[in-house]
Amino acid sequence: MDLRKFKDTFSTLSIRLSLVFVNTLAFVIAIILYIKAKPILVKVSLSHLLFSTSWHPIRGDFGFFPFIIGTLGVTAIAMILAVPVCLLSAIYLSEYAHKRFRAFVRLVVDILAGIPSVIYGLCGVIAIVPLVRFLGQAIGSPTTGYSLLAGGIILAIMVAPVIISVALEVFRTIPQAARENSLALGITTWEMIKHVILRSSLHGIIAAIVLGFARAFGETIAVLMVVGNVAKIPDSFFAPAYPLPALIANNYGEMMSIPLYDSALMFSALLLMLVVGGFSLAAHIILLRIERRGYA
Amino acid sequence: MRARRIEETIFKGLMLASLVLVLIMLAGIIVITVYKGAPALTLSMLVETPKGGYYLGKEGGIANAIVGSLLLALGASFCSILIAIPVAFGLQKEYTSWRYAGFTKLVLDVLWGTPSIVYGAFGFVVMVYFGLRASLLGGIIVLTLLMLPIMVRSMEEIIRTIPLELKEISYAMGTTKIETTLAVVLRQALPGIVTAVLLAFGRGIGDAASILFTAGYTDFIPRSIFDPVASLPLAVFFQIGTPIPEVQERAYASALVLLLIVLCVSLISRILSHRFSKNIVR
Repeated sequence: MDLRKFKDTFSTLSIRLSLVFVNTLAFVIAIILYIKAKPILVKVSLSHLLFSTSWHPIRGDFGFFPFIIGTLGVTAIAMILAVPVCLLSAIYLSEYAHKRFRAFVRLVVDILAGIPSVIYGLCGVIAIVPLVRFLGQAIGSPTTGYSLLAGGIILAIMVAPVIISVALEVFRTIPQAARENSLALGITTWEMIKHVILRSSLHGIIAAIVLGFARAFGETIAVLMVVGNVAKIPDSFFAPAYPLPALIANNYGEMMSIPLYDSALMFSALLLMLVVGGFSLAAHIILLRIERRGYA
Repeated sequence: MRARRIEETIFKGLMLASLVLVLIMLAGIIVITVYKGAPALTLSMLVETPKGGYYLGKEGGIANAIVGSLLLALGASFCSILIAIPVAFGLQKEYTSWRYAGFTKLVLDVLWGTPSIVYGAFGFVVMVYFGLRASLLGGIIVLTLLMLPIMVRSMEEIIRTIPLELKEISYAMGTTKIETTLAVVLRQALPGIVTAVLLAFGRGIGDAASILFTAGYTDFIPRSIFDPVASLPLAVFFQIGTPIPEVQERAYASALVLLLIVLCVSLISRILSHRFSKNIVR
């Protein structure tokens, strides 16, 4: 009996400790990144860091604006390309497709969500970059193909599985009765989708988009491989850009040898963590509420 | 009536077109990888480590990267399991208040969303602080951080679906918390736990940004956990960056090997979870 009690007390203690460990971990990561970023935050004002366009690490000049624009640029292109296509696909799967076909596509989407980003990047180099080069030449703006647009396209393909699977899940939480009620009034399926499905799942759709956004915002390797990496504000879709994650990945080697450089890079890592963490937190809170209410 | 029908037809057409587009794009990723990788994939690629002049297109293979990736992902899976299982159990209401469990889940959501490059940067800073070189150990630690939230979240999703009555029956017989957890919850959740582990393994083995700083790259198979280690994602990344066509071919082959490993893991997880779910009470 005593042994059983001891086992229970011991296991309860270690289980509770593991919870504390996980909770502390998130804060430890944020705090250590903040401590490392502090030297530059003390020396340069936050608004200068975020909005200055001058990037000369050797002179101690760290303006992140070109990188922030690069990140926002590729993410925006990805979202504009992916969101309409993914939502339409999810609606079709949820409302028109046969159950078995839906299960099949869901399987495919799940598998593709697990494919490593470096493979997406490789396919980008093989297929998307030449395509963009061709497009650029066709409309008269010569480009190497390694550009904002190529990064956007590859990201759009990468976030598609995320948006589709979350949106599909949200649509499926709407009770069948809600559909049947309105169909019984004699409206077409599309009208039912417009008035019932889309309206009641608005929050869930936003959550799906935000999750896709968060995934795209922090993606490193695939974008790094196709985006060109030139530290300048891109002046067209066909110009190269330099997103924040790529900046960190490309420069960790020399960051120890230039003063404040490591601090600047840790600042951008912190920025990434806060933005992406904040967005995915918001999306999950929305989804949690939908789940609790039954449907949105 | 006619206008309504036309609207319906137009939108249905748009939806079908979108779905076809998405499926073509996604299938394209696999087709391109296989098409480019298959001709370059030879037996010597799989079993040999790089020899002199390898990066100029001479003899050798990517065995160092294959072994390295497996070591990294297996090590990190093992460490993650040790932490993830207690955490997932701890989120049940026997062990913690509803409020604290909810808070922990939100923290896990933030960790889950955190980009892998951030884990890489964090890991690098910590390793520099402790004077650790890029090594197998460093890579395993960072990958563990990356895989932990993925594992816990999908384990917790399964544990949540276990019917309360089952646990109550067990408690009614006078069992302690840990006895019920091990005898009822663990058994019921086993298929989900296996899926969670394999999902995280697949994610971990393919991640490049986190181990870029922390695992290093080498032509040799590591002999201790303090040696640097090569990995498949980085093998793809470094080799595609060279201008020599023979080396680029090897990037394609490495990508194909990586893709095959990830697809196999995904397939195995589906088969195992199907097989294990036979013993489950619903």
